[in-house]
Amino acid sequence: MPKMKIDGREIEVPAGITVLQACEMAGVEIPRFCYHERLSIAGNCRMCLVEQEKAPKPIASCAMPVMEGMSIRTDTPTVQKARNGVMEFLLINHPLDCPICDQGGECDLQDQAMAYGFDRSRYAENKRAVPDKELGPLVKTSMNRCIHCTRCVRFATEVAGVEELGATARGESMEVTTYVERSLSTELAGNLVDLCPVGALTSKPYAFVARPWELTKTESIDVLDALGSSIRIDSRGAEVMRVLPRLHEDVNEEWISDKTRHAIDGLRRQRLDQPYVRRDGKLQPATWNEAFAAIAARLKGLDGARIAAIAGDQCDAEAMVALKDLMAALGSPNIDCRQDGAALRAGPRGGYIFNAGIRGIETADAILLIGTDPRAESPVLNARIRKRHLAGRVAIGSIGPAGDLTYPVERLGAGPSSLRDLQDGKSSFLAKLKAARHPLIVLGMGALARPDGATVLAMARSLAESCNAVREDWNGFAVLHTAASRVGGLDLGLVPGQGGRDVASILAGAAKREIDVVYLLGADEIDTGALGKAFVIYQGHHGDAGAQRADVILPGAAYTEKSGTYVNTEGRVQQTRRAVHPPGDAREDWTILRALSAVLEKTLPYDTLDQVRARLVAVNPVFAGLDRQTAGAWGAFGATGSLGDAPFARAVANFYMTCPVSRASETMAACTASRGRAMAAE
Amino acid sequence: MLADRDRIFTNLYGFHDWRLDAARKRGAWDGTKELIARGPDAIIDEMKKSGLRGRGGAGFPTGLKWSFMPKEVKDRPHYLIVNADESEPGTCKDRDIMRHDPHLLIEGCLVAGFAMRANAGYIYVRGEFYNEAVTLEAAIREAYDAGLLGKNACGSGWDFDLYVHRGAGAYICGEETALIESLEGKKGMPRLKPPFPAGSGLYGCPSTVNNVESIAVAPTILRRGAAWFSGLGRQNNTGTKLFCISGHVNKPCNVEEEMGIPLRTLIERHAGGVRGGWDNLLAVIPGGASVPLLPKSICDTVLMDFDSLRDVKSGLGTAAVIVMDKSTDIVKAIARLSYFYKHESCGQCTPCREGTGWMWRVMERMVKGEARLDEIDALEDVTRQVEGHTICALGDAAAWPIQGLIRHFRPEMERRIQARTQRLAAE
Repeated sequence: MPKMKIDGREIEVPAGITVLQACEMAGVEIPRFCYHERLSIAGNCRMCLVEQEKAPKPIASCAMPVMEGMSIRTDTPTVQKARNGVMEFLLINHPLDCPICDQGGECDLQDQAMAYGFDRSRYAENKRAVPDKELGPLVKTSMNRCIHCTRCVRFATEVAGVEELGATARGESMEVTTYVERSLSTELAGNLVDLCPVGALTSKPYAFVARPWELTKTESIDVLDALGSSIRIDSRGAEVMRVLPRLHEDVNEEWISDKTRHAIDGLRRQRLDQPYVRRDGKLQPATWNEAFAAIAARLKGLDGARIAAIAGDQCDAEAMVALKDLMAALGSPNIDCRQDGAALRAGPRGGYIFNAGIRGIETADAILLIGTDPRAESPVLNARIRKRHLAGRVAIGSIGPAGDLTYPVERLGAGPSSLRDLQDGKSSFLAKLKAARHPLIVLGMGALARPDGATVLAMARSLAESCNAVREDWNGFAVLHTAASRVGGLDLGLVPGQGGRDVASILAGAAKREIDVVYLLGADEIDTGALGKAFVIYQGHHGDAGAQRADVILPGAAYTEKSGTYVNTEGRVQQTRRAVHPPGDAREDWTILRALSAVLEKTLPYDTLDQVRARLVAVNPVFAGLDRQTAGAWGAFGATGSLGDAPFARAVANFYMTCPVSRASETMAACTASRGRAMAAE
Repeated sequence: MLADRDRIFTNLYGFHDWRLDAARKRGAWDGTKELIARGPDAIIDEMKKSGLRGRGGAGFPTGLKWSFMPKEVKDRPHYLIVNADESEPGTCKDRDIMRHDPHLLIEGCLVAGFAMRANAGYIYVRGEFYNEAVTLEAAIREAYDAGLLGKNACGSGWDFDLYVHRGAGAYICGEETALIESLEGKKGMPRLKPPFPAGSGLYGCPSTVNNVESIAVAPTILRRGAAWFSGLGRQNNTGTKLFCISGHVNKPCNVEEEMGIPLRTLIERHAGGVRGGWDNLLAVIPGGASVPLLPKSICDTVLMDFDSLRDVKSGLGTAAVIVMDKSTDIVKAIARLSYFYKHESCGQCTPCREGTGWMWRVMERMVKGEARLDEIDALEDVTRQVEGHTICALGDAAAWPIQGLIRHFRPEMERRIQARTQRLAAE
């Protein structure tokens, strides 16, 4: 550990860090624009200049590695003058349009100008004018404001893996651009807006919507994919204005996907804000009492076997446990949380979570993707695999849908037969997996949500075992989910009980009139046309497929409107927080089930959120450990059987529209259209 | 005056054939195998003793630079890179080496490449030097055909391949790390240092970038000995140097002379004197566009070498002597240089990108006196804000000519401003 001096104070720092990082450790703040912890070092803004003893001129602290005996000064007149100079240079061509700039109030340039700026300009010449660029439906540009820090270029190239941004021309004519005018073909474009230290790149859907100081900030969790990214919900009054990423090194680092960020306008549209009851074939507004009475009337005297319940992809664990308890009280074993029919059972836990952890991707030295397109299913997780690729010395293979994952992938086949070939040693990739110290086998829903899913699951398990991927210090068996509620549902055992029906069987039963009542808890991804004449209760927040088919609608709360527990794909238990109230008469979901249970005279034994959460822990102790991740218990899972011929399908056909919220979002519709146009052009 | 027997570039003017046979008769490729047989360390040692300082402008000791290369080739190959992107305004020495004496350069590449354990060398030729690149290619082909390059080059047992790469015409690609970027096929933008090229250069491998002249003189120094070379010139400023004299002289020329020759002697003996006589001299830029100019009073006595010019707050640079007589609009001349730097700034780092344009615009106004007196100080202040704060030296190069102008010709700038103010007041 090198010893060095910063402003005369001696400190010991880890070898290999930069002077800027050392200064931060010493509690000395260094201003910067181009430097970003997660991007390569550019050293071009020159704002971080410091003085090094015996060096002839100031050094860029972001780029200078620490050395033994180094003496750094950050408080000298030379340093102050250098920073003032850089600030003046940045401002000469920067428009003074802060009052109409969306970055205002959270602008690095604005903030640092307070410390290093001057209250008037010495620059009397003409200012540079730069044409704005079209970057697609999410990123708005105002290129006059650009300070050429190239963070956006580096993010697109390094993290997002799309080499579409760059700088053309040179000197003061240099422009950041897409070379040819086109939308960015990345699912992480919104992060460019976060990275831009000025107002050159701002959010298009959020343009002129709110000022940061008007917003209430709520720390929460995203549920639009199974990653469970940490987010901050910024709201004003009853509306969610925007979603920003929060730092979580183990999950999303500091990125979120465009769906997480921009599907929120869907929270304002198509909302169910009061109960409805179908009368004379038409859904008509009703009171809670009328809705509950209609349900009670239909359920009266019904045998439990003729009742079924399906939990959707965005259900919180509290609602799911309430549903499970209610169904048990009604005597029904027909309950399922696997809308897509994925061949996963409720145990052992190691069989259905991403055991290695998302951070474990960075440790893996051979990665096999089976039936998954991580770029569409979880772009942020995909960026983590790309990060691993950039670190070097990793073999990545894929059996399943082809597509650009932003890193090179060995295509090993399309379907189950290729997996069998791999297992039989007919592919050289098997040797790479076996030679790896930390092999990682990622199993997607494309491989599991199919008739032979259980067989594929068993094959993947035995492959993992034969590659020594499952051992004391490492479990490289990883299931990549697409639904935020799925792991929680499996943890709670929301699968058919003794003699119970799964989703496919419930639908078949409804068609054959063996099932009379189906309770859809936010379940919209099933074939609602197959529900036949069954009486359908839909509880959820959006007027999507399930609500259209419903006979009674109970308006629930979206993830921004309730405090709910979710378990992400790696088995990490996390909680959302309420940022705004549900619209109209809508209520938090577990309370609806609790109220209904009383009407049905099967009163559930909990009255407060704390009591429901205690019940969660009682059902599965895993819910007691918030924000922890460990590999699950290992055991036998999957089944032997015959394999189908069909190739593994995509679990997510269109990244931008996967749930009621994103389907209701105009922004996501614009992204879908833009991507469609780009693909048509190619 | 440099004696003919001490000249290294004996075909500087192209009076003779550049081809291999003729070059051999002039002494090139003489005993190259024996030079190499001395071993890398001995070669580097000899270069150090000769006191040769890099001829590209910065004057860093060449032997020392070579010694920074790792002593052993490990997992990454070593590369020699020759900087032939000669773009400094007023400079035209490397061009004449390449077109008239290419074999001195090629032989130098082999020797230098061997000394730094490189099996491959790249010559990065300025894009505009089309004919020079053609000649160089032809000369390299000759050398290959004669077994002087390639496998077992010159019978030395060392394999050495040499490639010519043509640039696309950007001044910044003469900066060594920008050159490496360009050579890798990227946009020519200087890299941050550290890491220095000797640690991580071309494709992340140990590399050394040398000027054409530094490489071309190396074989002769080794043949004739460090003592001979260091016996020429002054302490710490040894040897011979190519001077490029242009501007208001009677006979502009390239000439090889001893380091430390008085500027006046250089101009009068080789360039036929200043147009209209020495007393008609206004100022001289002694080392290419990027060094501060010197007024006549200093030119009377100054010696042409690194240290003497540094002592008068200028520099030897590439030794491109730009002579300006009293007919020169000195402010306009420097404004033109400011435009050049504004045009050639790569745009990567803030002070240079923003500062060069600012300085140029103010300079344009200064030419016509369209400024206030205090703007001279503001301009000086801006040059100080650029200088030393940039990634590469282009920022310094843009700042220094203006600093030189203000230092020595401030009265002229003030006169213009006052004249214009009075004219406006009269109207």
